[in-house]
Amino acid sequence: MDVRSRNEEVSPQLLDLIPKAKKEWRMNEEGRTQNNKNTKKDKSCCEERKLELRLGPPGGEDWFLPHNHNTKNSDESVLYLGYFPSQQTEKISTSPWACSSSSKASSFLQFPSCSPQSMPEKKAFSSSSSANPAVSSNISQKRTAPGPVVGWPPIRSFRKNLASNGISKTAHETQQQQNDVADKVAGKKPVVDNVGKGLFVKINMDGVPIGRKVDLNAYDSYEKLSSAVDELFRCLLAAQRDSSAGGIKNKEEDEEKAITGLLDGSGEYTLVYEDNEGDRMLVGDVPWHMFVSTVKRLRVLKSSELSAFTLGNKQHKKAT
Amino acid sequence: MRVNQVEVPRDENGSSILDLARADIAESSTKTRNCAACPGSGSGSMEFQSPYPDQVLENVLENVLHFLTARRDRNAASLVCKSWYRAEALTRSELFIGNCYAVSPRRATSRFTRVRSVAIKGKPRFADFDLMPINWGALFSPWVAAMAKAYPWLEKVYLKRMTVTDEDLVLLSESFPCFKELVLVCCDGFGTSGLAAVAGRCRQLRVLDLVESEVDDDDVEWLSYFPESQTHLESLVFDCLQFAVNFDALEKLVARSPSLKKLRLNGSVTTPQLYRLITQAPQLTHLGTGSFGALEAVAAGDQEPDYASAFAACKSLVCLSGFREIFPDYLPAIYPVCTSLTSLNFSYANINAEHLKSVICLCHKLQTLWVLDSICDEGLQAVAATCKDLRELRVFPENPNEDVEGPVSEVGLQAISEGCNKLQSILYFCQRMTNAAVVAMSKNCPDLVVFRLCIIGRYRPDAVTGEPMDEGFGAIVMNCKKLTRLAVSGLLTDRAFSYIGKYGKLVRTLSVAFAGDTDMGLKYVLEGCHNLQKLEIRDSPFGNEALHSGLHHYYNMRFVWMSSCKLTRHACQEVARALPHLVVEVIRSQGERNDDSVEILYMYRSLDGPRSDAPQFVTIMQ
Repeated sequence: MDVRSRNEEVSPQLLDLIPKAKKEWRMNEEGRTQNNKNTKKDKSCCEERKLELRLGPPGGEDWFLPHNHNTKNSDESVLYLGYFPSQQTEKISTSPWACSSSSKASSFLQFPSCSPQSMPEKKAFSSSSSANPAVSSNISQKRTAPGPVVGWPPIRSFRKNLASNGISKTAHETQQQQNDVADKVAGKKPVVDNVGKGLFVKINMDGVPIGRKVDLNAYDSYEKLSSAVDELFRCLLAAQRDSSAGGIKNKEEDEEKAITGLLDGSGEYTLVYEDNEGDRMLVGDVPWHMFVSTVKRLRVLKSSELSAFTLGNKQHKKAT
Repeated sequence: MRVNQVEVPRDENGSSILDLARADIAESSTKTRNCAACPGSGSGSMEFQSPYPDQVLENVLENVLHFLTARRDRNAASLVCKSWYRAEALTRSELFIGNCYAVSPRRATSRFTRVRSVAIKGKPRFADFDLMPINWGALFSPWVAAMAKAYPWLEKVYLKRMTVTDEDLVLLSESFPCFKELVLVCCDGFGTSGLAAVAGRCRQLRVLDLVESEVDDDDVEWLSYFPESQTHLESLVFDCLQFAVNFDALEKLVARSPSLKKLRLNGSVTTPQLYRLITQAPQLTHLGTGSFGALEAVAAGDQEPDYASAFAACKSLVCLSGFREIFPDYLPAIYPVCTSLTSLNFSYANINAEHLKSVICLCHKLQTLWVLDSICDEGLQAVAATCKDLRELRVFPENPNEDVEGPVSEVGLQAISEGCNKLQSILYFCQRMTNAAVVAMSKNCPDLVVFRLCIIGRYRPDAVTGEPMDEGFGAIVMNCKKLTRLAVSGLLTDRAFSYIGKYGKLVRTLSVAFAGDTDMGLKYVLEGCHNLQKLEIRDSPFGNEALHSGLHHYYNMRFVWMSSCKLTRHACQEVARALPHLVVEVIRSQGERNDDSVEILYMYRSLDGPRSDAPQFVTIMQ
C-alpha cells in the first residue's frame, strides 16, 4: 500500500477527523499514545516556533537533529500510534496533520505549538511564552524549553483525563463521559504495531463467547477479511450450534457451514465494526484503507438483529 | 555461573531464621558437611557419595526451611550445598520471577516443583508511558502452559505488566482446581471473556484484583458467571474497568459473598448503587467508591439515601478510594469513617483545598494518602498538620502540561516534611521546586525509602535560585540512609549523579529523565551504586563509554533501560559479547534504521539466552 497516496487520499477525511482528534489532543495531555506519537519532543522555545501553527513536529534543536522536520516522509497511518524518540534524524515523520496544516491554522490560533492545552478556557498558553522561569542558559543546545513529549510526565493514561472530569456530573454525563473515556481509551489503545506490521483488532461473534483477534494488515480487501472471518469462526460456530437446542435457522447442524454474505447482508451474519469514535458501522462502505485506519474492533452479528441497531453517524463518516 | 547472587543487604524479615537453621544443622554432622560439600564442584570425587547421607537431616532441613519465607534468604540457603539446594527447591512454595525473560518457564518449573503461588513481572516500567512499542512481549501464555502441567495445585497468580490473553485465563481456570487468587497489575490483552472463565470455573476463588489493567469489553457479563451459591470472595477489585458492569449481578454477588472485605468499584457504579452495596456489606475493610458523583435525576425534593449512615455502619473500613466523578457535597458522608482510615486515595478526585481539609482534619491515623494537586499547597499543609503518622504520599498532577502554573510547589513539600516525619515514600509531581525544600525533606524525614520527585517542566532549575537541582537530590541520598528507590528530575548536572554514586549505596531502583551532562554522570552511578538493580534512563546524554563502565555490574541487575540516549549499536554489541548471559535488546520503534544510533536499549540477565518470541523491531545483539 502506498502510504503517501493513502495519506493524500484520506486527507479530506483528515479534516473530519481533526476536530475530534484535536479535541482529544486538547484533553489528552502529553503521553497519550495517539496524539503524542504525532508530535515531536524537544522543541525549540523560540517565539517563532511558538507561533508556528502546525500540529506536526515543530522540530527544533536537539542533540542530533537537523531541521528537516518538514519532510513528508510520513509512513504511518492517519492515526499513527508509533513512538517518536527524541533524537530523530531523518525520521522526523511529520504527522499526517502536516499536509493540511493550513486548514487547521484557525483551530490552532489559541494553542502554542509547544504544548497542548487541556481546556481552552485555561488560557495557560498565555503564560507559556514566559513559562520557564530560568531555563539555564549555561547549558548548551539541548536545554531549550519543551514541546509535547512521548511519555512525559510519567503518568499512566488512566490518570490523564482528569482535567475534564467536572464535579457534580450527572449520571448521564457520567456514563457518556465514561463512554467517551472508554472510547478514548479503547481508541488510544495501540493496536498498531509501530513498524507497520500486525494491526490486531478484536473480533466477537454472536453466540461465541470468546472473541478472537485478527490482523488486518494481513489482508488488503474486504473479501479476504470476510473469508478469514469465515475460517476463524466456522468451527466454533458449529460447535456452538451443536450444543444449542433446536436449530432455528438451518438444518445443517452436523457439518460446518460456511459463513457467507458477511458484507452484503445476504448471509445469516453480517460484519460490523466499531470505529474510533465508538460508532457502529457496516463493514464495506468505506475504502479499505480508511476502514483499517479507523476500525477499533469487529463484530459478527446476526443479520436478523441488524435492523435493531442504530448504526451511528454513518452519513457523516462517509468518505468522499 | 550463578547469576542470581545478589546478596548483601538483608531483607527486613527472616534472616535470623536462616541463622537458626544453620545452627541446628551445624551441630550435627561434619560428615554430612563434607560429603555435601563436594557435589558442589561436581567433579568425580572419591569421597562419600551417597545422595542422601542422612535422611533425617534432609527431613529436618525441609521442615526448617518451610519457615523461610523471604526469598533472599531462600536464595542464600540454596547456595549452601547441593543438599540444601534440593531441600530449598522442594520447600519453596512462592515463586517470584522478577523478569519473565530471565528464566524460562521450563527451567523454573523443573527446579521448583511444589509451588503454590507465582508472581511474574514482565515489561519494564517505562512501558507504562508508551515508551515501549506494543507487542514487545511479556506473554503469560508460555508460563501458564508450563504451570498447568507442573503445578496442578497452584493457588495464586500475581502478574505485573504482562500480556494475558483470554485463552490464558481460560486455561488457568481449567487447570488449577484449588485456584484462589488472581491479581493482575498493569496487564493487558484480555477482556471480560477471560474474566468470565475465571469467575465461573474457579470455585475456590477468594481474590480477583484488576489493578490499572486494560480490560477489553467483550460484552460478556462476567459478574454473572460467579457460582450461584455463596462465594469465597474476599477481594474484588475492578476499578480500572472502563465500561459498565452489570449492577444487578454485582449486587447479588456481594450479597452472597459474606467474606468480602475488599471491594473496589469502577466509575460506572453510581452513588445510589454504592449505597445499596455497602449497606449489604458493612464488613468491608477496603472500599473503592466508584463514581461518587451526583445524579441529575435527583431533584430537590427527592429523598437521597442516607449515605453517611451507610458509611457509619462500615465500622471496619480502613481504606477508601475511588471518587472517580466526585460530587464534593457528598464528602460529609465519609466523615464517620475518616477517623479509622489508614489509607485514602483521592487521586482521581479533583477537589480543592477546602474540600480536602474537611476530610483530612479527621484522618489522624492516615498512613497512605494519594491526592491530586488540585488540593494545592494549602491542602498539603492541612495534611501535614493532621496526618502525623503518614508513611506514603503521592501527589499527582491534574494537568500534566509543562507550561502551566502548578498548584503545588516547594511550599507543599516543605510543609509535608515538617509535619510528617515518619514519611517513608513520596511521589510528588510539581511545576516548581527548590533545593531548599528537598534538603529540608532529606533532614526531616530520615526514614525515606522511596523518593520520587517529578518536576514536570523538563530541565527546570531551582525556582528561587536558578541553580540546578543537584544539591537537593544530593542531600536526599546523603541524609536518607534507608533510601532504596530514587527518581530524579529538573535541571541536573553530572554532579547530582556523583552524589548518587557516592552516597546512594542502598539504591536499588533509579529513574532518570532529561538529566546529566556527560558520560561521567552515568559512570558515577554504575561505579558507585553497588546495589543498583533497576536502572531506567531516558533522554539523557549518556553514551558508549558510560555503558561500558557498568560491565562489572550488569549481571547483578534485573534490567537496564536506556532510551534516547547517546548509544550506538556497536557499543551495545560489545556489551553483549562481553557478557554472554546478558540479553541486549536494541529496540527501534519505527521503520528501518540504517544508522548506528540506538533508540531503546533494554538489557537484562538471563539463564536461558535470548528469547524466541522477540518481535521484528527488537534486535538481540550478539
